[in-house]
Amino acid sequence: MPGTWITTRAWLLMLPLLVVMIAVIGWPLVDTVRLSFTDAKLVGTAGGFVGLDNYAKMLGGSNFQRALITTTWFAVVSVAAEMVLGVLAALLLNQQFRGRTALRALMILPWALPTVVNATLWRLIYNPEYGALNAALTQLGLLDSYRSWLGEPGSALIALIVADCWKNFPLVALIALAALQAVPRDITAAALVDGAGPFNRFRYVIMPYLAGPLLVALVLRTIEAFKVFDIIWVMTRGGPANSTRTLSILVYQEAFSFQRAGSGASLALIVTLLVTILAIAYAALLRRAAGAS
Amino acid sequence: MERQNPVFTAFVYLSALLLAIVILAPLAWLFVMSISSAADLSAKPLNWWPDEIDLSRYRALLSTIENTAGAAFVASLLNSLKVAGMATLAAVAVAIPAAWAVSRTPTVSWSLYAVIATYMLPPVALAVPLYMGLAYLGLLNSVFGLALVYLTILAPFTTWLLKSGFDSIPREIESAAMIDGARLDQILRLLTLPLAAPVMATSALFAFLLAWDEFFYALLFTSDLRAKTLTVAIADLAGGRVSDYGLIATAGVLAALPPVLIGLVMQRALISGLTSGGVKG
Repeated sequence: MPGTWITTRAWLLMLPLLVVMIAVIGWPLVDTVRLSFTDAKLVGTAGGFVGLDNYAKMLGGSNFQRALITTTWFAVVSVAAEMVLGVLAALLLNQQFRGRTALRALMILPWALPTVVNATLWRLIYNPEYGALNAALTQLGLLDSYRSWLGEPGSALIALIVADCWKNFPLVALIALAALQAVPRDITAAALVDGAGPFNRFRYVIMPYLAGPLLVALVLRTIEAFKVFDIIWVMTRGGPANSTRTLSILVYQEAFSFQRAGSGASLALIVTLLVTILAIAYAALLRRAAGAS
Repeated sequence: MERQNPVFTAFVYLSALLLAIVILAPLAWLFVMSISSAADLSAKPLNWWPDEIDLSRYRALLSTIENTAGAAFVASLLNSLKVAGMATLAAVAVAIPAAWAVSRTPTVSWSLYAVIATYMLPPVALAVPLYMGLAYLGLLNSVFGLALVYLTILAPFTTWLLKSGFDSIPREIESAAMIDGARLDQILRLLTLPLAAPVMATSALFAFLLAWDEFFYALLFTSDLRAKTLTVAIADLAGGRVSDYGLIATAGVLAALPPVLIGLVMQRALISGLTSGGVKG
C-alpha cells in the first residue's frame, strides 16, 4: 500500500478528534487572544480594540505581581515537599515488612479522593471553632488557644500547601516506588559488599534509576501546581486579605466576578505563557536527562 | 535486601505506622464526622468518637423529598453521573480511531504531541470564549454543554492513554490478517478492538474519574439543580450556608466513594500505568 494513502487514512481516522479539539480548544484559545486586545465585557458589549492596554495594565498592576509570587511560592514549596515525602515513603515501601501491600494500597486513597472533597475535608479540619487540628493540638498541650488557620494571612497559604501535599505526595511515592523496584538487586548488594554507606548507595546506585521518573512527576506536578484553582477556591477563595490569591484565582475574579472579559483574557494568556515556558524548560531538562542516562 | 538489624527493623515498622496514620487520620476523621451528632462535633474538648452513631445525614442526603438538602444532593449526583458519562463516551469514541491511527502511522505521530500539549493549557485560557460560546448556544447551565466542555480535558487524555494501549498490541497480528485478505474495518472490529478492550475500559474509567473530579468549568458553567455537579454542590455546602459540619462530611464521603472504590480496584492498572510512564521518562 502506498505511504501517502496510509497517511491520508490516518488523518481521516483522526478527523473526529481534530474537529472536537478545534471546536473546544483551538477556537476558544484563538478567541481568548482576540479578546485580550479588546475591552469586551463578559456579557453584553463586544468591546473595541484597545491594543496592548490590557497587558500593560495587568503586568504593571500589583495584583498580578503579588499573585505571581503567591503562585510560585505555592508551587515550589508544595512540589518540593511532595517530592521529598514521596521519595521517603517510596524508600520505606520498598523495604520488606508485614502489611506492606496494604500500606501501598492505602496510598491510592488520597489520590482517588476528589480535589474538592479533599479541600472540604481540610477546611473542616482547620475550622477555627470546632476543627480537629485545633482540638488535637490543644489536647496534646501544643497550642494554648484555638487559631483560625485559614483566617490569618500568615498561616493560610501554608495550611493550603499541607492539604495539597497530603493529597499529592502518595502519587509521587507510587511513581518512585515503581522506579525503585526496577533497581536490580545485585547492584545494591554489590554496593553494600563494597562498603558503600546508605547515603552513597542512595546517591550513586538508586538515584540514577529514580531520576527519570521523578523528573516526569516533577514536571507534571509543577505545571498542575502553577495552574492551581480548585483547592484554593474551596478553602479560602484567595483570602484572607488576598494572601492565597494565585494567578488562576485572579483570572477568575477579573473575567467572571468583575466580568472584564478583555483584561481577564490577557491575564489568562500571560498565565498560559508562563506555564508554556515552564513546560519547555522542563522538556529541555528531560531531554538532557534522557541523554545522560 | 537490607541487613536484618533489629534497630533498623523497628525503624521500618515505626515509619510504616507513621505513614499509615498520616494517610488514614484525615480520611477516618471525615468518616467519623459524617456519623457524629452535631453536639459531638461542637463539643470542647472534641469527641473523637461519637457516643451514638448517627446515620441521619446519610438518610437526609439520599432522600428525594422535594426542596430538601437531599433532593439537591441527589440531583447533583445524577448531574455528575450524566456529565461524566456523556463526556467519557464521546471522548472514547473520538479517541479510539485517532489513537489507533497515531499508533500505526509513524508519519503522523507528531500530532500526538500537539494533542498532549493542549493538556497543559490552563483552563482559564479557554474559559471566557467557552462561556460566551455556551451562552450563544443556550447551553449554559446544561449537562450537555458541560459534557461538551469536558472534552477539552478528556479527549487529549484518552487519546494519549489509548495510543500507548494500541502500541502494546503487536501490529504483526494486523498485518497477518491483512495478508489473509481481511478488510481494515474487519481487522479493527474483530481483532484489534477486542484485544484493546481492557485498555479501553481502563482509559474510560480514568476519564470518568477526571470528569467526576472536575470543578472549575462546572463552577463557571452551571448555576442550579438542572446542571450543578457534585463538586459544585459540595463546594457550596463547604462555602457557608450549612452549619452542620457532619452534613458536609457526609456529602464528601458519598462523593468520594465511587472514585475511591474504583481506585482500589484499579490499583494494578494505575501502578502499571505509572511504571510505563516512568520507563518512557
